[in-house]
Amino acid sequence: MQWFDALVQGILLGGMYAQYALGMALMFGVMRIVNISHGDLVILLSLIGISIATAWGLGPLPVLVVLVPLAVLMGWVLQKAVLNRVVGSDPLPSLIATFGLSIALQNLMLQIWSANSRSLPGHGIESQSLEIGGIYVGLLPLIVLAVATGLTWCLDLTLKRTRFGRALRAASADVEAAAMTGINPRAVYAMATAAAVGILGFAAVFQALRSTVAPADGPAQLIYAFEAVIIGGMGTVWGAFVGSMVLGISQAIGFRIDPGFGVLAGHIVFLAVLASRPQGLFGKALS
Amino acid sequence: MTAVLSTHGLVARYGDFQALYGVDIELHQGEAVALIGANGAGKSTLLRSIMGLLPVGREMVLLHGEPVGGTATDRMVQKGVAIVPEGRRLFTGMSVEDNLRVAIDQAARMGAKGGWTLPRLHRLFPILKEKARAPVQSLSGGQQQMVAIGRALLCQPRVLLCDEISLGLAPKVIREIYAALPEIRATGTAMIVVEQDVGLARSASDRLYCMLEGRVTLTGRSAEITREQIGKAYFGAGHAVV
Ligand SMILES: Nc1ncnc2c1ncn2[C@@H]1O[C@H](COP(=O)(O)OP(=O)(O)O)[C@@H](O)[C@H]1O
Ligand SMILES: [Mg+2]
Repeated sequence: MQWFDALVQGILLGGMYAQYALGMALMFGVMRIVNISHGDLVILLSLIGISIATAWGLGPLPVLVVLVPLAVLMGWVLQKAVLNRVVGSDPLPSLIATFGLSIALQNLMLQIWSANSRSLPGHGIESQSLEIGGIYVGLLPLIVLAVATGLTWCLDLTLKRTRFGRALRAASADVEAAAMTGINPRAVYAMATAAAVGILGFAAVFQALRSTVAPADGPAQLIYAFEAVIIGGMGTVWGAFVGSMVLGISQAIGFRIDPGFGVLAGHIVFLAVLASRPQGLFGKALS
Repeated sequence: MTAVLSTHGLVARYGDFQALYGVDIELHQGEAVALIGANGAGKSTLLRSIMGLLPVGREMVLLHGEPVGGTATDRMVQKGVAIVPEGRRLFTGMSVEDNLRVAIDQAARMGAKGGWTLPRLHRLFPILKEKARAPVQSLSGGQQQMVAIGRALLCQPRVLLCDEISLGLAPKVIREIYAALPEIRATGTAMIVVEQDVGLARSASDRLYCMLEGRVTLTGRSAEITREQIGKAYFGAGHAVV
């Protein structure tokens, strides 16, 4: 029962990781842009959300409604102002540019919000739970998992079935050939990064509701998102979702073995996957 | 009669290396022009310059008399110029149909009008219907070339640039692909066809240009130019005639 409980808690934690990982699956997995500021953007959005909530006395849902469009706008500006200047087959320029952005954002957040940990008041939602088959499951983690599943489903269908999705996959496969087919790759990339950061708007609200956030927390989120995408396999959205579950379950089981071992267990599973199946669980082997 | 497409003193560089030295070519309504020349003569560079894939001066390329040199590639497609690029450049990881849909999507977005539809393309190359759901990289070379041509046609071009569409294909497949060109021309699309095989180039075109080391060395009606003239233009003066 204790292990079954760990499994359930791991899946719920995986729901949170999936929300970080989806944006990464789009930017790194599909567009091959390495965004080191990924986690810092989540934290920035969380802190903005917390400030909005306190200033205007808003509940979590109105904060989400304000924050997601703001996140979309931030993503669009990020691609237009920074990343479109450095896109190309070489991932190094985007890595360096976003590494600089990451440091700048952390310092900016430290200036505005100080180093304290904060969280978003959930107006009681964070303490409710349901009993399912003898296990108590938090309502909030269930909502997080449901939202993560919904977002994954939407993103997967968008990539497979829509004009935008096909254009993005085409531009990611061969930017020049995409332009020869009438695609404006910069416009498509700006929309894709807007979508990726928009998803981080969801992650930001739920992260701040589930636990606390502080300006220096970004890099840890970046690592979890990165690990989930690599475990699942580059270029597959459901792969990133399953990778998040694997990461969450590994951490939850590791935590039951020894509370200090939880995060490390996740890293070990990540390394084990990388060593035995470098293309990830659902990725195609490079020919 | 003004040309559909023309270049004027077209100069192109890759960094310090100059690849084109003042190229002048013309393409008229409904015409098929062949572009021949040895490897490295600058044929692909010429097509890439027209498509906006290399920086060139505005006045160096005219489309229906309008200066368009250096226009972004996607805008050139919108203006009615499409290319079947060297090496096909298909979207790997996507199905045959999705490769074609990308072009259909963009043509719809830009409001491009023309006669090319998926059913019509399937009549031209029936294998593309059969293989619609197959990953594009699983197709044979000839079938992939048909996808590349189809993708360019679905951009609804008034000018089509074809870069070595016979490269690496079996003679039977080459015949099959070249047999499709008359139907493409029948829609009023003008074409520039880059081709290594001189005989094939002549039979598929009204006029031809021969390039050597970044310059046009010969031009004339394909039916009238002699093998001797082509031999000289191909390899340069003083070289043994083939
Ligand atoms: N990307 C590139 N960078 C540098 N030089 C290039 C590049 N592409 C082509 N060249 C050079 O430009 C010249 C013309 O090449 P190209 O247009 O590809 O010739 P062709 O298509 O007639 O075989 C050649 O000397 C080739 O080496
Ligand atoms: Mg060439």
